[in-house]
Amino acid sequence: MSMYTEQQAKAILDKVIALSKADECTATLGGGINGNIRFALNNVSTSGIITNAELAVQVAFGKRVGVATINEFDDESLARVVRRAEELARLAPENEEFVPAIGKQTYKPTPTYNAGIAAITPEYRAQVAADSINPCKNDGLIAAGFLSDSVGFFASANSNGNFAYQQSTGLDYTCTVRTEDGTGSGWVARNAGSLDDFKASREIQTAIQKAKGSRGAKALEPGKYTVILEPAASAGLISFMINGFDARQSDEGRSFLTKKGGGNKLGEQVFDPRVSLHTDPWNPDVPVMPWDGEGLPREKMTIIDKGKVSYLEYSRYWAKLKGKEAKGSPGNLIMAGGTKSTMDLVKDTAKGILVTRTWYIRMVDPQTVLLTGLTRDGTFYIENGEIKYPIKNFRFNESPVIMLNNIEELGKPIRLGDDESPFVMMIPPMKIRDFTFTSLSDAV
Amino acid sequence: MDRRHFLAASGIGLSGFMIPGFGNAVAAEALLTKMDPARKKVLADIALNAATAAGASYCDVRIGRYMRQFVITREDKVQNVVNTESIGAGIRVIANGTWGFAATSDLSNAAIAKAAQQAVAIAKANAKSQTKPVQLAPVKGVGEVSWATPIKKNAMEVPVKEKVDLLLSANSAAMAAGANFVNSMLFLVNEQKYFASTDGSYIDQDVHRIWPTFTVTVIDKTTGKFRSRDSLSSPMGMGYEYLDGDRHIELPNGLMAYNDRFDMKEDAIAAAKQAQLKLKAPSVKPGKYDLVLDPSHLWLTIHENVGHPLELDRVLGYEANYAGTSFATIDKLKDKFKYGSDRVTLFADKVQPNTLGAVGYDDEGVRTKRWDLVKDGTLVNYQAIRDQAHIIGEIESHGCCYADSWSSVQFQRMANVSLAPGKSPLSVADMIKNVEKGIYIIGDGSFSIDQQRYNAQFGGQLFYEIENGKIKGMVEDVAYQIRTPEFWSACSAICDERDYRFGGSFFDGKGQPGQVSAVSHGSSTARFDGINVISTGRSLG
Repeated sequence: MSMYTEQQAKAILDKVIALSKADECTATLGGGINGNIRFALNNVSTSGIITNAELAVQVAFGKRVGVATINEFDDESLARVVRRAEELARLAPENEEFVPAIGKQTYKPTPTYNAGIAAITPEYRAQVAADSINPCKNDGLIAAGFLSDSVGFFASANSNGNFAYQQSTGLDYTCTVRTEDGTGSGWVARNAGSLDDFKASREIQTAIQKAKGSRGAKALEPGKYTVILEPAASAGLISFMINGFDARQSDEGRSFLTKKGGGNKLGEQVFDPRVSLHTDPWNPDVPVMPWDGEGLPREKMTIIDKGKVSYLEYSRYWAKLKGKEAKGSPGNLIMAGGTKSTMDLVKDTAKGILVTRTWYIRMVDPQTVLLTGLTRDGTFYIENGEIKYPIKNFRFNESPVIMLNNIEELGKPIRLGDDESPFVMMIPPMKIRDFTFTSLSDAV
Repeated sequence: MDRRHFLAASGIGLSGFMIPGFGNAVAAEALLTKMDPARKKVLADIALNAATAAGASYCDVRIGRYMRQFVITREDKVQNVVNTESIGAGIRVIANGTWGFAATSDLSNAAIAKAAQQAVAIAKANAKSQTKPVQLAPVKGVGEVSWATPIKKNAMEVPVKEKVDLLLSANSAAMAAGANFVNSMLFLVNEQKYFASTDGSYIDQDVHRIWPTFTVTVIDKTTGKFRSRDSLSSPMGMGYEYLDGDRHIELPNGLMAYNDRFDMKEDAIAAAKQAQLKLKAPSVKPGKYDLVLDPSHLWLTIHENVGHPLELDRVLGYEANYAGTSFATIDKLKDKFKYGSDRVTLFADKVQPNTLGAVGYDDEGVRTKRWDLVKDGTLVNYQAIRDQAHIIGEIESHGCCYADSWSSVQFQRMANVSLAPGKSPLSVADMIKNVEKGIYIIGDGSFSIDQQRYNAQFGGQLFYEIENGKIKGMVEDVAYQIRTPEFWSACSAICDERDYRFGGSFFDGKGQPGQVSAVSHGSSTARFDGINVISTGRSLG
């Protein structure tokens, strides 16, 4: 068994807390079912179901902390895992930055569970693969993709009387479609909170169109261009930048939000006034669990307000040291935008480049959040409001901070996840001036 | 996957709400115990018999115990000590010409037999849509054999306190030398792997890996500038003897490098001093330079633009949706594609001592070996496993199949891929003497490469401008941009075997769902002419 009800989870966690003789004890129990199907070369390559549940016990004697985990939940196993955590804590060196377990919290539930996703069967996954492969097979195209879905729960309790329980589901689909001669490549990704928002036979058409449309790409000179970034093209850059919104890193002098002469840039205008970003665990488009990794309740918070930095993350240790309140870390990022679609932005563009997605993004200089990466799976030249022709992929070297100061227009935000990002996001398509491409890539 | 993602995935540094990513946390003493091979053979035979009885034409079973220890510190504080253990069995079968796989953490006789039957059932179900049956290159059974990493000192036996003391002493030395911050880590891995197959092999292996590493940061409060320097250590397939630190290699300009021994304290002091120099160093002037690349840097370039594009599954399109495909298509093998200059020979292996890839047998029971990928500049081979060898006309697997856990399906992973040292005597100092306008790069930095492995960009840790055969001084903000075949064609000199050293990746990611592997890359310092260097210095106003 890997799914536990609230009562079952509470019974296990209560036993663990009662078994501990340490100064404090926090126990978490998480589990669920993860299904996936992978296909390549128009064939299913692997598929599987992983069911698992795991209990983690953290105890502390003074400032000495021990953690142990187990995936068996009979009384004897529970006693064993508590003993192990206590043994490790007694052997551990003192952690000078130790902060005691959180007190009793109130969590307002968020809509993270979708019955449709929870009920996905192996037959459904096989159909998704077939709906992706068949239209490609019939059109001289080759599909490679991956569907991953999950249903799970997370519960926690501690010796201060805190308790949390909630169920959640997830669905993530990606598919790359290539032409048989290897000269065209397209891609589609859907991260859905509800099964109603996902239909493989519809999604695959995006990748097919991009693949066909990207054949015969012409080379443009690298340089600074006006770009229309689809949401998947800017999400990775924004997610990277948010890592720098850390109070300790900024105060210590090693973030782009460090202020000359010491301190941080909280409250300062760092971005274009059209940039507003907030987090909200209850947002119906991108709901996330109502607590963060520490168990702190998440709140609706403004991160960037009309270009001003209005939030920095304080760990509980750093908050205590600085006399601040530690808030629950954001689980989603919601960027404000307008009403236009990506294609509406294209229509209003005299000359520019449309970027489907960016890939292999890596930090080059944390001082300026200079990132490098490449365009992939559909890059097009725009002239007089029309897509004129496909162009070869570019490498970019650009900072999201500079990008978010060079805004021409923002469109309507859409939901996305990213396998290199911890956030679920609502990001608009963006028209950006002077985006820096530094070299050409021959990769299709 | 890189270190950032590993740390995020494993929740290191966070509270007990995060579950360690690699199995159950255990007491340190538990890391020293081993499972009885006789018991493993009994379990293996149950799986092989159950699979065969259910209709499998082939079966292999891997009973694995994966032990890991991580020690994490910053400045004068221990942040975390984590011990994890993961144990279970993975059973892979061929039935009706199709692969099936099932895994279980329950090592009872009944659970093992049931998992074997499940694997056969999955294979039979998948066979319905299979267009071509699996074709396995033959392997002769080796009976009951064993192999172990030839370690001199088992790192798992070294008390945690000794490890903590080592890290804290390195931190303290760096702080005394002018660092503002130091983060240091020690990662240890012990894979106790038992492999059995219907070919008649029962292989017991004990594999050890170690990686000490740190990042030193200095800041200038008045300007708000900061710079960091990562350690010049490498992850190794060694025991704790790697940290004995009794010998370094002297490089030009007073620089020090390490091969099979690392002196953490010495390197931490050097890092603190060099990070302060980085803060004041001028930005590089963009343009064409001859690059002199130290092995501590060149390993990552080899990894990205030779190791990955020559993985046969990528070449064929199996990784198209995630890691990508490859420019080095099979027609290029037939056409004797010129991958680099005549002096460039790049070889793959799973046997070089002290490397992360070294094992006796791979995860499908194939005896490991060495083979050439690029010979005298010409593409001659790929990396292929048992079900791929026939595609390139080979009669045997290269022995580079790996799974990161008992619960993961084994698949083709990168072997060690290394640049053969130069055949004529050449030292680093003599190489630099002949460079008119160049940059000498030490240590790996940022890296990014396209999905067919053509266009890449690399940074580094330390950059020294060379003018008329002499090192002029340190520069900053260096990144070079290359196209893979042009880069290797521009290789004009390689130092001899005296300079041959390893770098490597402890957490190389591939596949969906993702798996990690560890791989080494050897090289001597090499020179590449006329490479495009950009300046990455920017201002946020």
